[in-house]
Amino acid sequence: MSDHDGQGYWAANIRLVTWLLVVWAICSYGFGILLRDALDTMVPFGGVGLGFWFAQQGSIYVFLALIVIYSKKMAQIDADFGVRED
Amino acid sequence: MDLSTLTYIFVGGSFALYFGIAIWAKAGSTGEFYAAGRGVHPIANGMATAADWMSAASFLSMAGLIAFMGYDASIFLMGWTGGYVLLALLLAPYLRKFGKFTVPEFVGDRFYSTTARVVAVGCLIVASITYVIGQVKGIGVAFGRFLEVSYELGLIIGMITVAFYAVLGGMKGVTYTQIAQYCVLILAYTVPAIFISLNLTGNPLPQIGLFAATSDGTAMLTKLNSVITDLGFAEYTAQKGNTINIVFYTFSLMIGTAGLPHVIIRFFTVPKVRDARASAGWALVFIAILYTTAPAVGAMARLNLMNSIQVGEVGAPDGNLAYDERPQWFKNWEATGLLKFEDKNGDGKIQYYNDKNKEFAAKAAAWGWKGNEMVKVDRDIMVLANPEVAGLPNWVIALVAAGGLAAALSTAAGLLLAISSAVSHDLLKSTCMPEISEKQELLYARLSMIGAIILAGYFGLNPPGFAAQTVALAFGLAASSIFPVLMMGIFSKKMNNAGAVAGMLAGITSTLLYIFAYKGFFFIKGTELLANTPANHMFGISPEAFGTVGAIINFAVAFIVMNMTAPVPAEIEAMVEDIRIPKGAGAAQDH
Repeated sequence: MSDHDGQGYWAANIRLVTWLLVVWAICSYGFGILLRDALDTMVPFGGVGLGFWFAQQGSIYVFLALIVIYSKKMAQIDADFGVRED
Repeated sequence: MDLSTLTYIFVGGSFALYFGIAIWAKAGSTGEFYAAGRGVHPIANGMATAADWMSAASFLSMAGLIAFMGYDASIFLMGWTGGYVLLALLLAPYLRKFGKFTVPEFVGDRFYSTTARVVAVGCLIVASITYVIGQVKGIGVAFGRFLEVSYELGLIIGMITVAFYAVLGGMKGVTYTQIAQYCVLILAYTVPAIFISLNLTGNPLPQIGLFAATSDGTAMLTKLNSVITDLGFAEYTAQKGNTINIVFYTFSLMIGTAGLPHVIIRFFTVPKVRDARASAGWALVFIAILYTTAPAVGAMARLNLMNSIQVGEVGAPDGNLAYDERPQWFKNWEATGLLKFEDKNGDGKIQYYNDKNKEFAAKAAAWGWKGNEMVKVDRDIMVLANPEVAGLPNWVIALVAAGGLAAALSTAAGLLLAISSAVSHDLLKSTCMPEISEKQELLYARLSMIGAIILAGYFGLNPPGFAAQTVALAFGLAASSIFPVLMMGIFSKKMNNAGAVAGMLAGITSTLLYIFAYKGFFFIKGTELLANTPANHMFGISPEAFGTVGAIINFAVAFIVMNMTAPVPAEIEAMVEDIRIPKGAGAAQDH
């Protein structure tokens, strides 16, 4: 633990995870459930609208994107703080 | 070729493949038996995780739930996929870095307590056994329908198949068979969906077809809404449940997913921490293919079903299908008892409508309708009946049979593996008889697997009254016990042994009590304290959604007890710091 900045690494990690989880919550609980009716009215299509799309399609694509972003960004953070696996 | 010959060819062919893989991938050490030697490529592990995760419930039941719940089924779509984000960001990389074989092993080491480890084994076994009973039932139903054997015989054939490859191959054999099973099940799910989407909307992608227009220009969902509201049912796209319950239920499924041990142990099989992160993404890719198709399957199956019974205008004399002219699929499913018709008004025609809607029932009475005549439409038959209802070729129906079996077998194998490794590794090797050699431990792992299969088979043959409730219970238990204890183990350096044990016990007990209060103690009818209706629920939260509250109780109790008891030893704090850093995961393999 002496050859790298463990605390800085952990703080960077927590910051990234927090942002990603905020997006995670907004897209599923926000767009898909709480704001669903408003989104359906604003962007109607296919007999329903954007809120319904988020609840049954969009949130899943967002979840996928979040994991990909996390995986890529963490690889960068690992390298920046010198904790990358060999 | 006729349907049953094709079914035997598809199911027989896929089983021969699973057996071949099992013989090729025989496990020679405990490392291979518990974690496939940690040599599984992240994409391969993602595929195996997807098969492990997508059970008979996902394959058979979910589209049926969506077909009848409409928008409200978004709970399952978001709940069962959103959990992978939590798994990838909060648990998988750290547990892989820890580098051991089981979830209770992490709990025991991190909280320096054999009690914590044994409590975790208890939570794991209860959650996994309840879950596996549902799978075993699925195997019996699918075999029964497609091989035209009895439920009991189907179940026994299925259990022998699982026993053969899971006992022989352990995690290694299960991983490679799950990859094959994923390919079978995803083909079986998407091929009929593409056909049906093309038929209804002209668009081959079900994800787009769901929002596309039908041949007469109106949107598919608009049409579905009008067809079912014309018969007195609630609008498909409208929200029916209360919002608090939808939020809590979704959250409970998400954290339950992240806490299910048979999913977590899959991330012990990859070589590196960064592979664990990537592998969770791949798992979700493979899961998303099915989960984004399911809403289209559900909506289109409902529309096809309604249209095949209500063939003309509602209320018109020739608007309803005559019972004598019912199609072959109708007769097939009637034979299983999962579809039932009762000619209440004796006109020889089928009236399928919502007679609980008083206003509509009054209107229907004027047409001479005397109640809904489709007295049973089992939701679980939607996926299996779908290709037949849509008139697809026989080979598609045979493929769906092989897919349903693959889904049930892969999940059963994964659960049995989680149970057997907890028994042989956490109870026998580490707690009761630490002196046994690796060879003996491997033998005990295989024996406990056989024990778990016999137990699951027994419950499958003599299903306890609560079989239908088991999946909800498994998620609630995992959400209220395993997820919080893992989170605190990784993200709090200060959480101590007493806090963790008290938290787990408080979380799991409160959740069980809440479920029992509405569903009867140990699900025995008549012991309910309150009727299971939304008006009676605390803040409208249903028993299935209570895992979220159980988790909050777990966290709260753990932090209160932690502050009253001795602090964490310095070496445990150092261990937590080490888990948080990816470097050195390879070295942690040997222990």
